[in-house]
Amino acid sequence: MKEVLRIEGLKKTFRLSSKQQKIEHTKQRKKIAVNDISFAAYEGEIFGLLGPNGAGKTTTLRMISTLIRPDKGDIIVAGTSAVKEPWDVRAKIGFLTSELKLEDFFTPNYMYDFFSALHGVDEKTRDKRKKHLFEKFGIDKFAEVKISNLSTGMKQKLSLVVSIVHDPSIIIFDEPTNGLDVITARAVTDFLLELRAAGKTVVVSTHIFSLVEKICDRVGIIINGKMVCCGKTEEISNGISLEDRFFEIYRETVGDAQ
Amino acid sequence: MRSNVFTIMRKELARFFKDPRLVITTLLLPGLMIYAVYSFMGDGLSTQFSTPDEYVYRVEAVNLSNHIKEYFKLIDYVDINEVSSYDEGKEKLDNGDIDLLVVFPEKFDELISVYSSGKAPNVELYYNSSQIASAEAQVNMTNILNAFESAISNRFDINNSDKEYDLATEKDTTSQIFATMLPMLLMVFLFSGCMSVAPESIAGEKERGTIATLLVTPVKRSELAIGKILSISFIALLSGISSFLGTMSSLPKLMGLSDGGMDASVYGVSDYALLLSVILSTILVIVSVISIISAFSKTVKEANTAVLPLMIIVMLIGVTTMFGQGAPSEAVWYLVPMYNSVQCMNAIFAFSHSTVNIITTLCVNVSISIVLLIVLAKMFSSEKIMFSK
Repeated sequence: MKEVLRIEGLKKTFRLSSKQQKIEHTKQRKKIAVNDISFAAYEGEIFGLLGPNGAGKTTTLRMISTLIRPDKGDIIVAGTSAVKEPWDVRAKIGFLTSELKLEDFFTPNYMYDFFSALHGVDEKTRDKRKKHLFEKFGIDKFAEVKISNLSTGMKQKLSLVVSIVHDPSIIIFDEPTNGLDVITARAVTDFLLELRAAGKTVVVSTHIFSLVEKICDRVGIIINGKMVCCGKTEEISNGISLEDRFFEIYRETVGDAQ
Repeated sequence: MRSNVFTIMRKELARFFKDPRLVITTLLLPGLMIYAVYSFMGDGLSTQFSTPDEYVYRVEAVNLSNHIKEYFKLIDYVDINEVSSYDEGKEKLDNGDIDLLVVFPEKFDELISVYSSGKAPNVELYYNSSQIASAEAQVNMTNILNAFESAISNRFDINNSDKEYDLATEKDTTSQIFATMLPMLLMVFLFSGCMSVAPESIAGEKERGTIATLLVTPVKRSELAIGKILSISFIALLSGISSFLGTMSSLPKLMGLSDGGMDASVYGVSDYALLLSVILSTILVIVSVISIISAFSKTVKEANTAVLPLMIIVMLIGVTTMFGQGAPSEAVWYLVPMYNSVQCMNAIFAFSHSTVNIITTLCVNVSISIVLLIVLAKMFSSEKIMFSK
């Protein structure tokens, strides 16, 4: 399999406010959010980053998507360094996270065209892809409704569609099914499988075990900013359910105290 | 590169022009409001400080002689009647029943006919300066009696013919008033125009999390900065023009010169073109500064609060044209941003501009804008600034 995404020794620290230091009972000015994480993802696979809240999943994905820069380490996206040439990497990846919002004032149609233009998609391809994706996610009926008037689920589906206007080969989704109803969540997971079938590389972060078991070919477990294990999903589970296996690993790493 | 800037500008302009509320509050209302307020103030000022044209002053006089009575028959705006004593007249004046009390010396006609030298007979005018009509009556009566005095013993006249003695042309009056008033007003209009769009476009996008969506696209930060600044500047320019038109058409009314004597058409196309170039370069500087403040701010509200002190400074700079002897001629003054714009506008309105100073101003303003633009692009790249919560 061809390696398309390689993460090498990624490290990111955030400065803590004095109030936050008190809350966490620490004198340290810095918090290490991501501590020396390395992994690779291959063509035509779904890679899952699994971990509890605050483990560093989102921070890792934000570094891959070039929104923030790592303090140390590098991300190689199809041969391009995200640290040295972030604009090239941005053209190759599609990034979806709940913190990326679309302007409420515009319609889905306008936003789609706007982001297509920024990605340099020609009009013919744009219209073809728009028709396909809008129909697929049922956005076509709401194409001219202001985004502020759309339901939460519809907004999320639109965000997803907009994040892949340029048909990227690498797709990074942060908690893709969070806050979605079961029907919409199903549509999204089916779509991820479709992307895989089309030879794309998908990286998802989640804390939902069933999702990982269902769609991820390989998984990396992150606890407290560290990658504690990484491998094929069934190898990690090792015969028991992923959830049970996760808690075994969690106890080994953090201890029963927490 | 160019197409991304264009795409961003188109989106910014669509955001503005497709929202009728924004268009009305930013483009139409400023001009209309200024026109309405200035016209209203002009009318109010003229009625507050003068009586209506057809007003007849109510005057009573002690020792009113027939001679004087005859003389006043020719003056239709004064109604003069005899009163028996000073005390009676004063009471009427206190009650506001009359506007003026005149006390002539006894046997006034005889006194003036025999007078040659020494202490002249004294006519006393009692009035209440807090009443407009009374104050006016005093002035008018003084003039009338002076004229009466001249009529009975004329030695020489001043400006006693139909000739036009005031040699100030319409151009002089207009330029003098516009040069003093307009630079400050224009600066305030431009600033508020920028203030109504820039924080919303930058701090607003940050606050709502929509700028992050732009930042994960391959758009260069410089393209984003240029696209934003150009589109905001364009809207601010339109808003400024709206306010400017409102002012130009109502300023004569405000100054009480609506019957002529003041006309914006004294300026030629080249004057307006120069003014526009100065305005454009000024807008670029203001928009860049407000954009940077907005990029630092977490919310629109914070940005607006942070920008306010700047507005006060700009207003203070604008007031400088109201003092001193017009725009300075030394080029070194035109290196100071904002001050240079104000002085250039002053000079253009006063027909005393120097090409060197205007070119200096344009170069300074454009250079500053480019530097600020680079700073803004750097800020868009900074995760600390863009994602601080």
